[in-house]
Parts: sequence; structure tokens; C-alpha cells
Amino acid sequence: MNGESLEVEGIDPHTTLLDFLRDRGLVGTKEGCAEGECGACAVVVLRLEHEGPRYVAVNACLTLVGSVLGAELRTVEGLSPQPGSRSAGRAAGPSVAELHPVQRAMVELGGSQCGYCTPGFVVSMFAEYYRREASLTPSGEPGLRWDPESVAGNLCRCTGYRPIREAMRSLPLAAEDDGFRARLSQPLAPLGEASLVREDVPGGGGTRRLHRPASLAGALALLAEEPAAKLIAGGTDLVVEVNQRDRRWPTLIALEAVDELRTLELGGEEIRIGAGLNLSELEHRLGGALPLLDELFPLFSSRLIRNRATLGGNLVNASPIGDSPPALLALDARVVLASQRGERELPLVEFFTGYRQTALAPGELLRAVIVPRRAPTHAHFYKVSKRVLDDISTVAAAFAVDLDPASNTVTRARLAYGGVAATPVRAQAVEQALVGRPWTAETVAELAPQLRESFTPLSDHRGSAAYRQAMLARTFEKFFHETQAGRRLGPQPPPSVVLPVLPPRPQKGANA
Amino acid sequence: MSSSEPPPNVPVTPHVGKALPHESAVGHVTGAAHYTDDLLPRYADALHAWPVQSPHAHARLSQAAIDDAAALAIEGVVTVLTVADVPGANEVGPVAHDEALFPEEVMHCGQAVAWVLGETLEAAKLGAAAVVVDYEPLPAITTMRQAIAAESFLTEALVIESGDSGDVEAALAAAPHTLEGELEIGGQEHFYLETQAAIACWDEAGEVFVHSSTQHPSETQEVVARVLGLHRNRVTCQSLRMGGAFGGKEVQANPVAAVAALGAHKTGRPVRVRYDRQLDMTMTGKRHPFLARYRAGYDGDGRIVAFDLQLYSDGGYSLDLSKAIMFRALFHCDNCYRIPNLRVVGRVLRTHKTSQTAFRGFGGPQGMVAGEDMLARVAQAVGKPAHEVRALNFYAEGDRTPYGQLVRDAERIPRIWSGLMGSADFEARRAAVAEFNASHPHEKRGLAITPVKFGISFTTSFLNQAGALVLVYQDGSVQVNHGGTEMGQGLHTKMLQIAADGLGVTLDQVRLMPTRTDKVPNTSATAASSGSDLNGAAVERACAQIRERMAEVAGRRLQVPPMDLRFAGGRVFPFWCAPGHPDHGASSLGFVELAQQAYLERVSLFAAGYYRTPAIHYDEAAGRGKPFHYFAYGAAVSEVEVDGFTGQFVLRRVDILHDVGSSISPLIDRGQIEGGFIQGMGWLTSEELIWAEDGRLATRGASTYKLPTLGECPEAFHVELLPMAAEPAVVKGSKAVGEPPFMLAISVREALREAVAAFAAESNAAPVELGCPSTPEAVYWAIEGVREGRAKQVSAAE
Repeated sequence: MNGESLEVEGIDPHTTLLDFLRDRGLVGTKEGCAEGECGACAVVVLRLEHEGPRYVAVNACLTLVGSVLGAELRTVEGLSPQPGSRSAGRAAGPSVAELHPVQRAMVELGGSQCGYCTPGFVVSMFAEYYRREASLTPSGEPGLRWDPESVAGNLCRCTGYRPIREAMRSLPLAAEDDGFRARLSQPLAPLGEASLVREDVPGGGGTRRLHRPASLAGALALLAEEPAAKLIAGGTDLVVEVNQRDRRWPTLIALEAVDELRTLELGGEEIRIGAGLNLSELEHRLGGALPLLDELFPLFSSRLIRNRATLGGNLVNASPIGDSPPALLALDARVVLASQRGERELPLVEFFTGYRQTALAPGELLRAVIVPRRAPTHAHFYKVSKRVLDDISTVAAAFAVDLDPASNTVTRARLAYGGVAATPVRAQAVEQALVGRPWTAETVAELAPQLRESFTPLSDHRGSAAYRQAMLARTFEKFFHETQAGRRLGPQPPPSVVLPVLPPRPQKGANA
Repeated sequence: MSSSEPPPNVPVTPHVGKALPHESAVGHVTGAAHYTDDLLPRYADALHAWPVQSPHAHARLSQAAIDDAAALAIEGVVTVLTVADVPGANEVGPVAHDEALFPEEVMHCGQAVAWVLGETLEAAKLGAAAVVVDYEPLPAITTMRQAIAAESFLTEALVIESGDSGDVEAALAAAPHTLEGELEIGGQEHFYLETQAAIACWDEAGEVFVHSSTQHPSETQEVVARVLGLHRNRVTCQSLRMGGAFGGKEVQANPVAAVAALGAHKTGRPVRVRYDRQLDMTMTGKRHPFLARYRAGYDGDGRIVAFDLQLYSDGGYSLDLSKAIMFRALFHCDNCYRIPNLRVVGRVLRTHKTSQTAFRGFGGPQGMVAGEDMLARVAQAVGKPAHEVRALNFYAEGDRTPYGQLVRDAERIPRIWSGLMGSADFEARRAAVAEFNASHPHEKRGLAITPVKFGISFTTSFLNQAGALVLVYQDGSVQVNHGGTEMGQGLHTKMLQIAADGLGVTLDQVRLMPTRTDKVPNTSATAASSGSDLNGAAVERACAQIRERMAEVAGRRLQVPPMDLRFAGGRVFPFWCAPGHPDHGASSLGFVELAQQAYLERVSLFAAGYYRTPAIHYDEAAGRGKPFHYFAYGAAVSEVEVDGFTGQFVLRRVDILHDVGSSISPLIDRGQIEGGFIQGMGWLTSEELIWAEDGRLATRGASTYKLPTLGECPEAFHVELLPMAAEPAVVKGSKAVGEPPFMLAISVREALREAVAAFAAESNAAPVELGCPSTPEAVYWAIEGVREGRAKQVSAAE
């Protein structure tokens, strides 16, 4: 932690990194929501990724301590040469010139008002600062790409974001002698096995355990031994249950260190995605191989969440409003389930068996997702939500159609939805009705009423049943019109921009 | 206080007017800036408190019958606080004294009925879950329409009525045209990033010390004293800084502090109370939802001749500040428009919900939205562009508001309007929008400009007073205490600038102290945008007293008449020997040396400054007076693009021209304008509070209640401060800036209305029925309404 070792003992396996840090006096990391929506608790994890160590910002409120045992972490206090004091009441902090360039830009451009969200923004920006460097191409692209959504997982209630955006855009390249940058080229040990045990939990809670195996065989053995154990991967959904509904489990199995679950195989016919691969890394490593998923990623929660969330987790929690299932259903994905008994494959459409229920048998875990590589003639993803970024779907939809180029008739159609039924679903009757029909406005108009009636969605705080029902057809109409217009219609997420590379600014004091 | 003629020895102002970062910015970005709950590690033996929350919106219970046996059996549970523990009054209401800290009648779902203290938060939570309360559920009123039907009111009808031509009914009858409208306006969760928090302990003198995240330390002190049955001199309250407040900590921080203090009283140990987000959302009040019904009379040009407006607000279960909030709604329904015959009647409804409270704008936004809704409909009815109809109705110099106050500087309204139309390229963009819309059947853009006139002062006149205590030490270092609290708005930064210039020292010589009730007593809340006006004047006055005394000392030393001395840059010198002058060094005195000298000469180096706003008054019964010291003006242009398939939209560009007088701190003021605008946009678009029929709040966290993110911030966001706008009656010629920009966001709503209207067939003149907030769903139904050529109201909640 910030370059020092912290001993972890006697804590409940459900203890979040946020609570742990604050208990240890590292109070710069804040709690704003405790459900991964506001980013005030963001901390930096140095993570061993495919290409080497990378700084990633994660929500400490959704990260269990057990998941990061043995990891190198930095909090906001550990980002400047003279870190903010751990003992309260220290008189003078660093001068503006001694701050990390990210911090300095935030100060000088008015990026903080009340300051409570600021540590989280600084942490997100810090990770982005070094990530941008890594994304520079050898071709000498004269700019740095800036993704607005890189800080979309951080909420600010005061500034209106404009100065934060300016601060982000003003950042130069990291200096050659930047110690944080130098750390990225040094080796990083992979996470190994770890465990936490707490006995005699008050209120009759018994004993609670967290195991973190370092191999798939180890994970399957633990699961065979205790089929009721709860698996936790990124934890971005599960720890919300811990924080908001006080859920506790006797045994947690953290999949963090299982390398076999973090593989990606880019085959000629199909792509096999390890279920434990986090979505940020997946997006990066896919490199555009699955265009429909590239439409999905920026809309999938926030970068902070995607840095932890896994594709497998999004499928296994089987939420009807998960965003990846519609896209994967439209792509005819299959899932690979593994247990000590062996592996089996299942079409994704058969994986969801009921509200938050799956075909996983006791002792079984989701090992991989297989996505065929064939490209439909047209395919798009739609997310209807109150906000463009960092939101949960009211309705999510993914459509894929194949057309016979000679006759302009539909040869194959996949219409998949989230948010309209107890599980992610496909409108199979309409899919069949489309086959053989011309791909025209008339066809779409004729099938729209049937599409609207395909499901009977509910009303909730995200939207009324009537709106959801309307969206069943409207999103498909939009899809059709986009195939005709040759462009996406309506508001899109704010695009990435390429900005001139600014020279590094002198910084007083040594880094890291 | 400054006037247009500066007193003799006022120096130049190197700090006032300069764009400085927030005084705590380095602390913010390094994590070193502490907030109330960050102090917890200092209190190793602190107990944690957690409430027992009612699952019912309305129920009766017996405090004496609360069964805590199971809770107390849990390891780590220390005690359970009930009414039996209260030595003073079981009552924490700020105005009406109608809020029980430990209720026997539950008035809203989620209300705390008892509090569990534990060695750990986990123990307190387990204990709270184990406390058994026997509730007798009672019928609950959970919607405004139910409250109206049941005549469930918290106030009488509040009325402002004025007419050129007799009464409003007659004016409506005589009007060439009339129309009617009804609009439900949603509430808003404050969603300060730092939730409510307090830590209380018995200090070394045997008195209560409360750290509280409060906008109103004096009232928090008073409520703690009330509950503990102590005089106020035995309670000290400190507000270190807040992680946002926006009105939500003006009174609602009080019970949080009271529970902590009561716990400390009972156990003798420090007690920490910190709401998590879910507690905060289910226990604290919000911006009031409103229901507006109106009739308007107008002529063929769109000139308003009469406006009859009925406003209801959902006050929740107790009065809180709801009456003053309703008054401010009444005061702002006219916005920038002269309405010759106006009657506005407002009434606060009592429902079984959290007690709704102050929130940036304080009712003004709701009144203004209703008025702007009316104008937009009139524009559509007469077939003229809305911006023309708005300008046609502007106040002119010499006009008075319906409550009789002169609209001073009314010329600023057209000055801002035409300046902004020019800088925003309004006319050309309007044409471009029309062209875009003609060629895009599924996407429509909308462009709108709306003005703001916002009255500055607490409308409860006696609150407009402030104090400061400035201390100069022998080494020339300075401490500034004042009654205002820092919640991110930059008040302390402005006070530092004023104090540094007031004493002619450098910024690093001045320390701004945490706000404490033992430094400045009887303060008002930092609210109503008035923090800098009131406290700035008090700080300036305190500094002026010390400066005058020091000038006497320096005058003797330098053999110069005191009135000819200038204080600047940490030196004192005759005005003819300014820095740069060859004799400056020899003819001047360092501030440090002077402070030492003054001490030796037994001259007092501390002073209290006090300020009250002059000449404000309001007669509620007559509906007449001068409630405001002045008005702040502004205008905004917003352009949106709407997706006709889903109702989703994007804000493409915003241009703002706003009147902050002579800015004390331009970086801070711009931040207030931008932040206020985006917060207002959130209120009017994505932020939707939904209560279930049983009174349970369905949107109780960040995952269900949607603030704007960076993705909602327009790529083009241009903000200018109105030049040549010094306000002579306010410290340093500045104007209040906290609230007025919030209402600039009404331009977003009106731009959405324009875009929705563009989906209508040309022949169709049906009014746009746009829900408020205008969520994508609300926009979608509005589009469907105009597509179908009829007004159609579909609400998600119903």
C-alpha cells in the first residue's frame, strides 16, 4: 500500500478495501455510494495484464480485501511525492509544483469544489495518465487519445465536470524520469493463493472464510468440497449485495488469481473468452475483433467497473438487465461450464433458466464464453437508459441480421433483449417471421406490433411497462433505419478525441 | 462595507478579483483535506450509531415498549437510545418544532424510531436489525393529489396578488386569449457526495463538542442544546468543511448531531453517526416536488396580460423550511417578465414522506419552471418563436414585481439577452437547427434561450446578518473566523481574498479557521447564496478596524497621517511611496514589524466585524415588501438533439452570460455557474425520485437515482461573466452566485420542448406535454403526443 506493506489479520472476508483503508486511517479514499456508481472510493491497483503491469483504477467499495491480498495498491495519499498525511492535522501539504501532474492540473484548472469526489477523480485520471502513454503507437501518432468515459464512473455534484475535462485534456505525457512510469517496466509477481478466516462472528454468524485459489483445479476442488460456496470474480455485483443488503456467505471463493479464467483465444472461426477476464482488458485485447461488443463496452457501466467486472460474472449473475447477454445472444455465443466432472458446452440462450437462475449445476463454474467470428450483414447494440454513460439499462437490445445481397431478403435474424422479461431473451417468433422477408420498412412496420407483444415487461423505477414495450419495437425500427442510413442515429456516447501531446511539465521532488 | 468611494486607507486589491484555485484544492487532490467522518480515527473509543428504521410510512408505536433485549445480547452492542434517554426536549424541528427525535407516531417510511450504539458499525447494524418495535400501521398519504383531496396542509394558502386592472379574474375574462396548464415538477435528491455525518464527545471542560457536517452550526448547536437540556454555551459545534450540501445540510444535519451528542451524553464516549447513502436518501428531505396549475391571458402578440397560478408543494411530514421555500416559489414565478395582473397562491401539502427541505434555489426553480412553461405555451399558441415572446414580456427599468419591489437594474435583462444571442450565434443556429430538422425525420434538434432573475437575501429578513472575528498575532500571521461554512462553494477562498486585501498582507499570512460556534455566535445558515455577501462584509469590517488601529501606530512611526497610508503586499507605506518607488523601502514598514509594534504599544490586534443587510422587509399578509437586497441576472442558450425512437437526447452546446457583479473570485464564480447549471439540468432531465404507493422511496441509491456524469456535460460549454456589472451595495461590488445559475438549466427543458415540437406534423399545433423531469421516457411520450396530434400524458410512476 503506497509502497509499504500492510498486514491483514482478523478481518471478515466480506470486508471491503474501502472500509479497510479508512479503518487504517487512509481516509483520503471516500465513500459516496458503496455501490460502485460514484467512484469517490477509487484506488489504483498495479495489475499484471497480458502486456505487463498496468495501473488500473477500481472501486474500493466493491473490492474485497481478500481479492487484492498481495497486490500493489496506491491510494490518493500515495500519488504525490509528499503524500497527504495519514495522521490528521498535518500543517502544510505539498506545494502545487510538487504535486503529481494530474493533481496539479486539477488544482490549477478549478477541478475541485467541495473536494469529496476529487480523490476518486485523481485516481481515475492517474491510471488514465499512464494508460494513455501505453496506448501510444510506434508510428508516431502525434496525439494522445482521450476517452471521456475514462472518468465517467466518477460522479461530481459540484463542478459540472467541465474543468475536470479540461484538466484531463491538459495532461502531458509522463516524464522519462517519472517513477510511477518506471515501475511499469519492472516485473510484477502474479497474485497467488490466499485466504481469510473469521471465527465467532457476532450475532450467530459462525465462521466465514474466503479462499483465493491460484489455479482452476484448485477452484474446482474447493467448489466440489463446498458446492454452496459463493464464487466471486470482479465482485462488482456481489459486493453491492454485501454493502446494500448486508448479504454474507459462509464461504467465498475468489477467482482473482485463476489464470486459466483470464485467457483469450482469437481463433479463425471463433473467439474463446475466459470468463474471468475483466471487461477493460477484454476490450483492449479484442482489438475490434467483435464490433458489436465494441458498441457495448463504452455503454457498459463505467471504466472503474469494467476494470473489475468480468464477462463471466455478467452472465452468471443472470440479471435480466445485464448488458452483455443481449449482445452475446445476438452473436449466438456458447458457454463452457467446468467442474471436476469435466467440461460441457451450452448455447447461451439455454444458460438462463429463470430470474437470476442459470443452468450451472452444483460444483460447476463458468469457464469461458465462445463467440462465433462470423460477421452478420448488420448488427448493432442499443441501450435505453436515463444517462448515456454509467447507467443501468431500462431496455437493452442487440440485433443481428444476415441479408441475401441479391434479393435483399433476410436469411437469418437475432433479436435479443434485456430488461423486458425475467431473463435476457430472444424474440424467436419474430426472428423466424423475418426470415425470407425483404429487409424493408414495410416488413419492419408489419412485425412491429408482434414485436411489441413479444414480452410483457414490468414497471419499475427505471421505466414504465408501456415504455419498455414501446422500446421493443422502436429499437428495432431504429436498427432498420440505421442500416438504411448507413450511420448510427441519435445521440452517441461522447467520442474519444485525439489531442496534441504536450511536453512533460517540470515537477519538483522525486516520484514514487 | 465598501461603497463606491473607498475609505482613505483602503489599498489596492491584489487578491480580490483574481482567479485563484479553491483554498483547499491541494488538500482535495492529495486526500489531506478532512471531512467530518475522516476524523473518526482520532477517536479510538468512539461508538457507532445505526438507526432502527420504520418500514411503515405512517404508524403508531410506544417508545417505552421498544424491545431491545435481543439487540443488547449481541456482542458489541452497547446500548439502544430511545426517548427515555432524552434529558431535554424530544424535538428537533427547526422552525415549527414539529419533529420528534424519537417518534411515537412514525411519519415516513425509513424514519428512525430508535438508535443502536455499538463498538463497531457491524454490531450497531446487527443490533438495529434485532430491535423489536410493535408498529400499529395507520393510513398514509403518499401523493400530492391524495393530500389535496384530504386537505392535508402544512401551511395556509400563501398569496401574492397584484393587478393593473382590478382582479385577475377580470383580467383573464378580458384577455384576448387564454390557456390553461398543469405541470407536475419532480423533486431532487441533494446527493452531496459526503453523506450526513457527526461526531460528538465530551470535551476536557465537560461540555459537548460536536463535529458536524452542517451548513448551520449555530442551529445545530441550538438543537443539540435543546435535546440535552443545556444552555448553548455548553455546546460547541464545528463544521470543518462539507463534501457538498446544496441546502441539504441547512437543517437536516441537526438530528444527526443530536443523536451523536445524546449518545455521548449517555455513554460518556465519543459517538459517531454517519448515514450511508441509503440512509441518507431514505431519511433526509429533498427538493420539494410541486404541482402547478395555471391559467394565462395573453394578446395576439404573446404579451401576457394575466397569470393565475396555483402552486402546491409536497412538504413531506413536517414543516421544515417549506413555508419560506413556497414563498420563494411565489417570488420567482414572474422570473424576468412583467405580468400586469398576477395571482399566485401557494400551499404546502403534508404527506407521509421525508420532510422536504432547502435545495439550491429554495423553491425559486419550481416557481420559475411554472412561469416559463406558461410562456412557452403562449408562444406556441400565438405561433411565434418562444425567444421573441419572452423578450416581449421583459421587465423594463422602473417596473415593480407583483410584490411591489422595484426591479433595479432591469436594463441588464435585455443587455444580457442581446449580448448572449450575439455571442451564441443564436439566429444563425436557429436556422441551422431548422435545416437539420427538415432533413432528419428521426432526429430533431432544439435551441432555446431562457433568462433568470433571482432575488438575493433570506426572505426571512432577520436572518440577513453575519459576524466575523479576525485575529492578528504578533508575528503578523492572521486568523480569520466567520460564521459561514465551506461546502465547496469557495466561500473561504473569497473570505481569504477579502481579508488579505483588507489587511494588505499576502494570502499565505492568513489562515481561514474551521467554522465554530465559539468564535462567532448566533450565525445564520450559509444559504440563500448569501454567504459571501454577508460574511464578506463582516470580514471586511473586522479587518478595517484592525487596519485603522495599526495605521495609527504606523503613522506615528513613519510620521505620516494614518489616512495617507496604504496596506499592500505585507507592507505599510504612504500612498506616494508605492512599491517600485525609490523611497518605498525606507518609507515603509513591514506588516510583521508593525504587528509587533502595535502589541508593544498595547493596541488591540483583533476585532469582530458585524454586518446586516439594510432596508429589507416583507409583509406576508399584504404580499408586499422589499424582500431582496438586489437581483442577480443571467441567461442561457441550450441546444439539444433528440432521438425520436427512444426519447434519449444529448446536450450539444450551452452558452451562458451571467451577472455576478464584480467577481471576487472568477474561477470560483465560473465553477458555481457551471456546476449550478449541470445540477439544474440533472433536476430537469435524468434525476427522478420515485416513491412506491406505500410511501417507500424506490430510488434510494446512485444506481437508481441518476445524477449527470461527465457524459452529460456539453462538449461546447461557454460561460461569460457580465462585464460592467459592479453591485454598489455589496462587498467588493460582487453579487451572490450560488443559486441563480441553477435556473439557467431551464433552457435545456425548453430546448427539449422545441425539439419535441419538431416531430409534429406541420398541421399539428398540439401543445408539447413534456413531463418534468424530462427523462428519455418523458421525452418519448411527449414525442408520441405530438406525433399523434393530441396531448397525451403518460407518467411512468402511475
